[in-house]
Amino acid sequence: MSRSLLIPLSVIALAASITVRGQTDAEVQARKDALDVAAAFSNEGFKTRDGHWCGSLKPHDHSLVAVNLYAGNEYWFSASATTPAKKIAVSVYDETGKQVITDSYDNGEKAAAGFAPSSSGEYFVSVDLVEGDASSFCLVYSYK
Amino acid sequence: MIRLATLSAIVLTGSICVTLGAETGRIPADQLAKAATSDSFSIPTPGELFAALGKTGKINWAGQYRGPTSVTYRDRAQIALNLGGLIADGFIAVEAKDGQQVKNIGSDIIKLAKALGVSEKLLGRGSSINDFAENNEWDTLQEELEATQNEVKSSMQSHSDQDLVILVTLGGWIRGTQVVTSAIIQNYDERAAKVLREPALVHFMQSKISEISPELRNDPLVKDVSNELGKVEKLVSFPPGKTPDVGEVRKINEAVSKMMEEIESKEPPK
Repeated sequence: MSRSLLIPLSVIALAASITVRGQTDAEVQARKDALDVAAAFSNEGFKTRDGHWCGSLKPHDHSLVAVNLYAGNEYWFSASATTPAKKIAVSVYDETGKQVITDSYDNGEKAAAGFAPSSSGEYFVSVDLVEGDASSFCLVYSYK
Repeated sequence: MIRLATLSAIVLTGSICVTLGAETGRIPADQLAKAATSDSFSIPTPGELFAALGKTGKINWAGQYRGPTSVTYRDRAQIALNLGGLIADGFIAVEAKDGQQVKNIGSDIIKLAKALGVSEKLLGRGSSINDFAENNEWDTLQEELEATQNEVKSSMQSHSDQDLVILVTLGGWIRGTQVVTSAIIQNYDERAAKVLREPALVHFMQSKISEISPELRNDPLVKDVSNELGKVEKLVSFPPGKTPDVGEVRKINEAVSKMMEEIESKEPPK
């Protein structure tokens, strides 16, 4: 994964009620595509959460959202962005900000990261625009 | 680590790989503090908590049922907290694969939701819950319960009842934690006890309660629950590598059981 601290971390700090506001058509499409990625994991027994997190991405930006995970469960975080995004990446950080080792799925404007936390608590999921221009994205997650 | 061999068989045209440790980075604390949080994404469902617990051995889910709860509360805060608790009960019944119990709870959820004046669309959810329970579609039922919970919250938001949303979430967390701690006490297992580390989650709920209207925050029940939650936050704030022993689990159970008892039985102010 090519992301490093050299990339400016201009995190898009979105309001807590981000999923409350009305969604744009682009976000609806991104959510549908993210759910398509997540659907592949359901064959492995993963259940997809009804909640989602949508927003906009800018080049070389990270969008971060906090999640609370349980040791013993396995998780996949699946994201999709709309054009003109060409390539996105999903990564996970622990509560100290250290990136955790994940399995990753990358397919242009769709990406996912999977891992099984050894410790319960707060983690942070980052969606990064690696290539392309500003676009909308949506992130969903699955667990088993 | 998730099994790559089986996941590679899924119908995806991209590539799956393992991110190497050498490539990992770090995000500074000030950036983490700006991370977004949302009720429907950052707070796990009771189903997620129960799934983690279920990995550690056979759980007697039916043994965690409680008696019928009242659906005639008048205080809106009390209704919201009990609604959250009932939704958690729904997840327990799904884990127990008990269709009749799911239907009973689904019916009570709709009654309480209607008492709060939430959307008529929920009636359709109640019907779906019944159908899925009839057909033993447990995974779908779990999704339907979460969707019902989200629809209740969404309806509250559109009716300017935003402040009640966190109470529904809190009620579900309290009931879920009561059940999980009770199950761990009955058959202590270190792996199971690990699920109880939730400092950020409890802190998040505390901070959301501090944002609600002063009128609701001063509701005697909300005030009591909020005070107790502050104590619970300390009990679930152990370091990442530490596992609570059975005595510590019992303390959490006693604290959340006290909250649950009050949520169920507190008389509204005259």
